[in-house]
Amino acid sequence: MTIDALGGVLVIPALSACVLAALPGYRLTSGLNVVAALLTLLTALSMFVVEPKSGSYLLVDDLNKVFIVLTTFVAFTTSVFSASYIGHEIEIGRLKPGYVRFYHAMYQLLMFAMNLALVANNIGLMWVAIELATLTTVLMVGIYRTHEALEAAWKYFILGSVGIALALFGTILVYMAARPVTGEGLDAMVWTVLVTQAARFDPALLDVAFVFLLLGYGTKVGLAPLHAWLPDAHAEGPTPISAVLSGLLLNVALYALLRFKMLLALNPAAIAPGPLMAIMGLISCVFAAFMLYRRRDIKRMFAYSSIEHMGIIVFAFGMGGPLANFAGLLHMTMHSLTKSAIFFAVGHIAQVKGTQKIADMGGLTVTHPVLGWGLVLGVIAIAGLPPLGIFMSEFLVVSSTFSHQPWLVLILVFGILVALGGLFLRLNTIAFGEPRGPTAPAEASYVPMFAHLAIVFMAGVYLPPPLVTGFQNVARLLG
Amino acid sequence: MPALVFDIAHLLAGSLVVMSFVQLYQDRLSALINVFAVHALVLALSVAWQAFAQGAPHLYITAAIALVFKAIIIPVALRRIMVRLGIHREIEVVVGVGPAMLLGIGLVALAMVVMLRVTAEADPLAREDLAFALSVVLLGLLMMVTRRNAVSQVIGFMSLENGLVLAATGAKGMPLVVEISVAFSVLIAFIVIGIFLFRIRERFDTVDMQALDKFRGERR
Repeated sequence: MTIDALGGVLVIPALSACVLAALPGYRLTSGLNVVAALLTLLTALSMFVVEPKSGSYLLVDDLNKVFIVLTTFVAFTTSVFSASYIGHEIEIGRLKPGYVRFYHAMYQLLMFAMNLALVANNIGLMWVAIELATLTTVLMVGIYRTHEALEAAWKYFILGSVGIALALFGTILVYMAARPVTGEGLDAMVWTVLVTQAARFDPALLDVAFVFLLLGYGTKVGLAPLHAWLPDAHAEGPTPISAVLSGLLLNVALYALLRFKMLLALNPAAIAPGPLMAIMGLISCVFAAFMLYRRRDIKRMFAYSSIEHMGIIVFAFGMGGPLANFAGLLHMTMHSLTKSAIFFAVGHIAQVKGTQKIADMGGLTVTHPVLGWGLVLGVIAIAGLPPLGIFMSEFLVVSSTFSHQPWLVLILVFGILVALGGLFLRLNTIAFGEPRGPTAPAEASYVPMFAHLAIVFMAGVYLPPPLVTGFQNVARLLG
Repeated sequence: MPALVFDIAHLLAGSLVVMSFVQLYQDRLSALINVFAVHALVLALSVAWQAFAQGAPHLYITAAIALVFKAIIIPVALRRIMVRLGIHREIEVVVGVGPAMLLGIGLVALAMVVMLRVTAEADPLAREDLAFALSVVLLGLLMMVTRRNAVSQVIGFMSLENGLVLAATGAKGMPLVVEISVAFSVLIAFIVIGIFLFRIRERFDTVDMQALDKFRGERR
């Protein structure tokens, strides 16, 4: 068997994980980590040149192409950020050199797991991949071995495990529903087979399965009230991991949910999955918006902002239809880019200030103008102000659903505005006013942050037509 | 299907639910670990019986994993951790035994109502298995929320996972069952035993989750 692009996005991270686990030295390994991530990105992009073939285990279609490219891109920029971040952590002795080897190996293993979840053509394989991703992130969240980090990792482990356990039960039920139609064995777990025959599955069994899948993968998406692990995991782990968690892992869990939603939508007798998702999304958005106000820790605050945005995205996909799906997809992309850019800024800010407490920061635009203004720009983007990309996607979410569900959209807009208030209240303390805390210059890599923000800005002003048609195809696929 | 095959499968799956109930009211850690070992043993027997009844030899591997890993290695390891940490004392139960049992009965009734109703057309063996499996899963969840101690939460999670293995083996001809049970074993072994409990002991001198709660990032 020759390895095509689909195999490549799996083999490269897996091999580099093995190599990085064996090599000593921070400079060498962080460099290799970047190279490996870049190679994976290029392999993913090659899918647009040479279309790989779907097999019985791996799958490629318009939907997962978007996810794979987004994942590998953010993984690459995060690896660039991670190199300078980890260097500083070793310098101040927060991270022991021995752990760096472990950290880089885990980083590549996480990339492998996420790519596997995205290309898997089998609901069982996809589940195993998401479990592996959970496992690696739990280990990385606990890497500092402080009280808080261990508690966060423990909480994440317990809640994440319960989530994936429920998702497995749902997966088994889908198999049970498919078995009488497709026959025993592998076929009953293969996406491409499932979607052709979904109309004849037992609807009652599918309904129950979807409830379990929604609760299970919904935990990993961070939907309220299953979100409790998310702020802790974001706040206590290394910042590159916060960026990957927010920007990518939540998307991967969402991807699993979307696949099952497509399956249910094909069965006319099953419950409509959309309203369930829309309601959960709405609750998450409004809840997280209010939670933004009492945050004292900068990373926790942006973690809640992630919950809010995942809520908006799930709401958009829940409403369904070509336009809302398009909006959801765009919003997901914009959120991934913006939120990881914010975490790149926050990571360096926390390093120069030596703390994550908002009260101990201040006047960043004076003391560290590049970081400070970078953060201001990121917050403007994430809060959904024009002319940046998130304004555009939020506007699309609102306008596409306003005609048929005006009341729900009013609640959504209320949530977005509340979140905007909360974010700017804190931003005011952090970025402006009297400078507080250390003022030593930052040794930061600004390129990843501004690259992301530039794309978000571009998307807000002008979306290239190929991208629009690509997203429209996916939106139609999602139904 | 011969009635005896069905009856034995039914008996074993039912025993698993009973063992979950027994776990629910154990208030001493050592007793809880013993009950979990029996829980895993019953699971191993049940999976082996399914392997025999379905004529699916690969399920014997899953049964062997359940027997060796969950019924022997994990309990022995947990016991050693318990001795090393010096936590043979009583478990603090958040909810009393009475309410916990009542809640458990309610959850089993819920599982029966949901699963038996939606699987009316499935074959009876898989159907009953699935209903019992959901009961075990829900009882495992209940145990996790009613305990504070990290070790007993892990035991709750493992019994939840036993329910999932029961469901996976009950679904006739399901592929990847062995792989999934291996993946779960890795999850448990890797995290729980190897890393967390020892580090938590190192850092906090306690495995009581309430003590962990003090260190929440949000508090000053």
